[in-house]
Amino acid sequence: MRGAQIFFECLKKEGVEVIFGFPGGAVLDIYHEMPKHNIRHILVRHEQGAAHMADGYARASGRVGVCLVTSGPGATNTVTGVATAYMDSVPMVVFTGQVPTPLIGDDAFQEVDIIGITRPCTKHSYLVRNVNDMSRVIREAFYLARTGRPGPVVVDLPKDVIQASTDFKYPKKVDLPGYRPTVEAHSGQVKRAYEVLRKAKSPLIFAGGGIIISDSSQELIRIADLIQAPVTCSLMGLGCFPAGIADAKGRRRPNPLWLGMVGMHGTFQANMAISQADVIFGVGVRFDDRVTGKISEFAPKAKIIHIDVDPSSISKNVVVDVPIVGDCKNALQQLIRLFEGEPLEGVSDVRRPWFDQINAWKKGHPLTYVQGSELIKPQYVIEKIWELTGGDAIITTEVGQHQMWTAQFFEFDRPRSLLTSGGLGTMGYGFPAAIGAQMAFPDRLVIDIAGDGSIQMNIQELCTAVCNDIPVKVAILNNLYLGLPRQWQELFYEKNYTGSCMEGSPDFVKLAEAYGAIGLRANKPGEVEPVLREAFKIRKPVLMDFLVSREEGVYPIVPPGKSITEMLLA
Amino acid sequence: MIISEKQRYTIGILVQNVPGVLARVVGLFSGRGYNIETVTAAETHEPGLTRITLVTTGDERVLSQIVKQLNKLINVIKVYDFSETEFVDREMAIIKVRAEPPTRAEVLRIVDIFRAKVVDVSPHFYTLEVTGNESKIQAIMELLGQIGIVEVARTGKAALARSKKH
Repeated sequence: MRGAQIFFECLKKEGVEVIFGFPGGAVLDIYHEMPKHNIRHILVRHEQGAAHMADGYARASGRVGVCLVTSGPGATNTVTGVATAYMDSVPMVVFTGQVPTPLIGDDAFQEVDIIGITRPCTKHSYLVRNVNDMSRVIREAFYLARTGRPGPVVVDLPKDVIQASTDFKYPKKVDLPGYRPTVEAHSGQVKRAYEVLRKAKSPLIFAGGGIIISDSSQELIRIADLIQAPVTCSLMGLGCFPAGIADAKGRRRPNPLWLGMVGMHGTFQANMAISQADVIFGVGVRFDDRVTGKISEFAPKAKIIHIDVDPSSISKNVVVDVPIVGDCKNALQQLIRLFEGEPLEGVSDVRRPWFDQINAWKKGHPLTYVQGSELIKPQYVIEKIWELTGGDAIITTEVGQHQMWTAQFFEFDRPRSLLTSGGLGTMGYGFPAAIGAQMAFPDRLVIDIAGDGSIQMNIQELCTAVCNDIPVKVAILNNLYLGLPRQWQELFYEKNYTGSCMEGSPDFVKLAEAYGAIGLRANKPGEVEPVLREAFKIRKPVLMDFLVSREEGVYPIVPPGKSITEMLLA
Repeated sequence: MIISEKQRYTIGILVQNVPGVLARVVGLFSGRGYNIETVTAAETHEPGLTRITLVTTGDERVLSQIVKQLNKLINVIKVYDFSETEFVDREMAIIKVRAEPPTRAEVLRIVDIFRAKVVDVSPHFYTLEVTGNESKIQAIMELLGQIGIVEVARTGKAALARSKKH
């Protein structure tokens, strides 16, 4: 069997249903073979788009996203997408073409050392030098991508390897002696966490993307209920704990345990709770700098418990009192059993002062904006999207103000309903990610909330959406600025707005039409809802241009280098 | 944050001998801003396994991150943090030293004292081989430096734990 055919047989074994790709000389043998196999190929317009689509597909579905690109520039164009997936622990396999093995190292046409380039931003990578290794490598690549702390794996396929033949045999087991992720949490450590939590008076659960990856939202909800602890999330965690819950009559009401997001643009109550909690229970988080603010003043009163599957995430940024290495689901299940075996008595009474304090914070400084009659406020558009969808949509974002407003004003109740580039902060992520998510869930409403700057970074994928009938919706919150740089310049750089003004952008409605998509525009607050309603009805890609109030800021904001309690509130 | 003093640490890394493995290890150090003082790598008695010995500087927190990050590399089988165990370490240096008639005797005396070996002789130079721990190499180089070192090649440290548990 030829390498190109082995490639598809392996993908079938892994249950791959869609590849995001772009052909080129080095991978044409694979494209030649493609029509014989029942795997959908989405032809992108730029390889960065392919990588983000595979990423969006993976985040929305939990399955491994796959992309296929050619050597040289095809491969380098995926690098931002690979790094994005690496920072946010997204399972992805990127197949790159490579020049024939005899030419490697000779600076051949479209040759690049993609393994070298991606080494620091992949979980692992392979250059397949012999067709006999191909099925084993692909098996390992998928296994590595989805297990432990997931991440992207690059598989570099030289052209002569793809053309060579061998017997096809898919290995049943992987043999990776250096790779044994700890799934089962150490019961002794879980017991220590239990003891600490039992004694806590003002505990706080800080949950992150690890909850979503390990599919342990139910366990999180259960443990929060058992110990009656408020919950805050990192950006990556949003959706893992419901912002709203149904009351006795089935109506949605705010979840009393929910504090909103923490960190640089976190809610007042979440940031204050971090500073006052006596125990912080971090689950599937990595205490990154956008969460902690000034590290020496982070959680000054708290003992910290930290569960993570990646030992290197523990005690990297903050010193942890009770480290627990393991899968969040496993660790939480053990903890739940301990608390169910011996429930906390009178916990509501013990917690009353803590929740009184939290409720006072909530009441004192809620997230807020004022919607007047003339200018559309960006937050208003996000609230309307939430209202009209009932929160039942897959939301993707680009990076910037709109991303933070989405995190603040869209109330996420379900895991995998927000796909956003948290770690790398990749502008241009949201739109292709939405296309990928829509491929995983063709019948769901997928909406990219974008800014006018970010959307232009991968706008070419409009063509991909149109040509493949992928009916994603894009809501551009258009303020003709790079809003977050502009806001920082206003607050921290003497209002020197160098480089942040985006006047001169294209007419997005006409642009959508030129691509064969639908373009809609809202100039006034009253037009927001009709535009959204119309867009959600159309089974086609729709680009919505909301001309919003230009100098609206994201608040609260913690100035860089400050403690997270030093929030600027407006 | 743990605040502790910068120290030198010796780390043993057992890796699969596959293409690019050394690049993964040293790339991790440069990418994350860790320091490499010396690094040696060669195959072990077990086919397919290479042992890297690496000397780094940093505080305890950095050392702990280095060990964890190394363990994350798929091709790394085992990491030995020698700060917690007794270990033996050796380094070898090949030193080409100026050896004109008036200084030859002195060079040979130093060779004798340090149990070094003369491995090549030419009209104006002796080439010596010396093995020992770092301070011994340092000491002989200082003495020979006064006579005139022309070139030096040092291997960097190789180390193994003393106890049997590793």
